[in-house]
This record gives sequence, C-alpha cells and structure tokens, in this order.
Amino acid sequence: MTVELATLEVGLQIGTRTVGITRQDLVRYAGASGDLNPIHWNPSFAEGVGLPGVIAHGMFTMGASVQLVTDWCGDPAAILDYQTRFTKPVVVEDTTAQPGEPGAVVEVTGVVGAIDTERSTARIDLTVTSAGQKVLVKAQAVVKLA
Amino acid sequence: MTIDPGLQGRSYPAGDSYSVGREAIRDFARAVKATHPAHYDVAAAEALGHADLVAPPTFAIIVAQRADAQLIGDPSAGIDFSRVVHADQRFVHHRPIVAGDELVAELHVDQVRAMGGGAMITTRAEISTVDGVRTATTTSSLLVRGEDQ
Repeated sequence: MTVELATLEVGLQIGTRTVGITRQDLVRYAGASGDLNPIHWNPSFAEGVGLPGVIAHGMFTMGASVQLVTDWCGDPAAILDYQTRFTKPVVVEDTTAQPGEPGAVVEVTGVVGAIDTERSTARIDLTVTSAGQKVLVKAQAVVKLA
Repeated sequence: MTIDPGLQGRSYPAGDSYSVGREAIRDFARAVKATHPAHYDVAAAEALGHADLVAPPTFAIIVAQRADAQLIGDPSAGIDFSRVVHADQRFVHHRPIVAGDELVAELHVDQVRAMGGGAMITTRAEISTVDGVRTATTTSSLLVRGEDQ
C-alpha cells in the first residue's frame, strides 16, 4: 500500500482523471459486460426512445471513474464498497471520421470524504461531470488502507 | 402495462454459475479503461497477495445483470426492458473476485415503489462462489418509465 490512513484528512484531494469516450468504447463495453441495450450503440433506436442520441452505459462511467481511486490506493481489491446514482446521461457523439477524437469527455475528481480508524477505511467522494454537468451523484468508494 | 407491487419480497434462486476467466477480466478491464497490472498480469496480482487476476471493482455487474435478467424476463413481473433506466448501483465486496471463481447469484426484490405511471424497483444480488463463500452484494435500482414518461 502506498497510502497510509494516518496521513489522510477529510477534504484531501486524491487527484483528477479525464476519460475520453468514443462510440467504439461503448461497443467494447457492451461486449465485455453483456449489456447490449441498443440505446448505447444505435442512434435511431436511442432517439426513438426519446434520448438526445447514443448514451454511455451508466456502468461504463461508473467503472471508468473508479480508476482514479485504484491509482491512488494501489490495489483494486482494496475498494470494499462503491456506489453511485446515475443522474444525467452522457451523450457520446459519433467521431468515427475523426480518429482519436472523443465523442464525450468525463472529468473525475476525488476527495477524502470520511475516515474510519476502527475499520481502517477511508471514503473517497468522487465528483464526475461531463459537459459541465454532474453525471454521477453520491459516487463514493470505501477503501481499506494500512 | 403495470408493475405488480407484489413483486416486492420475491426472490429468484441462483441459476447457472458464471465462471470467471482471465480473458473476461482483461476484456472488462480494457472496456472500463482500468489500467492496474493486477487485472492483466498474474504475477502482479500474486505480488499483491491475490490467487489470480483481480476483477475490477464493477466486474460483478456481469453476474448481477444476469440475475436481474431473471426478473426482467419473468412475464409475471410486467417489466418492459426498453423502458428500464438504471437509477443507482452499489457494490459491497466481501472478498475480491479473482479468475477461477465460479460464481452464483441469488436475486432479491427488496423494494417496489410506484413512480408516476412507472415504478422504481430495487434488486439485490447476493453473489457467492459455488462453494458458498460470500463474494459480493450488489444493489441496483431500476426505474421502469411509465407510458407517458
């Protein structure tokens, strides 16, 4: 472990992460997760159910955001509890003709929200935004520390 | 289409087991842009004290959504999958999921609340190995939109 509980205080920033998302990323996530809902890859289907366009899986955004916590604590298995509410969809534009250009960008920042010395855990509160709007709310990870 | 409030309290027993493979962990890790070597390199996972590749923190969603499919696919539940929106999600890990695990999930419908013309359904999947070792508890709230929403 690279992080020790005793060195932490509530409010401490753990860092930031920027995640660029393409339509191909959503196809990859659909395949890896088994969530084949067409709202995540078929524009006409997405618009047909009243969405502004193809949207990222909430679980993609949740899964990609926690990497900030893993990088900080050094072991993915130290994340004992991870939760969020999904508030706004992340619309991913089609950038197939512009290789390397993301169709949406998600910004993740994390702060220490609580420390439990008895259980030797810290709660990290994530702020996750896209296009200036919060897309995850009450995104919290509880991490076991030395 | 209405959601039967009597769904609350229903449970679905564990179905077929899910065999956690190394390539599935690597594919899922790539898909969520997880870069930690413990997801890809067995020696790196072992160096951290794990038996094999470690699944990313949200990997259990694969098993949880398979369990949810039992409810969504149950004609007596009256859920139109095309109207389902994922409202919230939680993972509580009792021990890390690693390659080689054989997992099963028992699904519980903890709450059904009417919301406008639709309903908010909270499900809980209790995930364990086939040998009965508790692995994770996942909780999902699914908003089933009404016809006019």
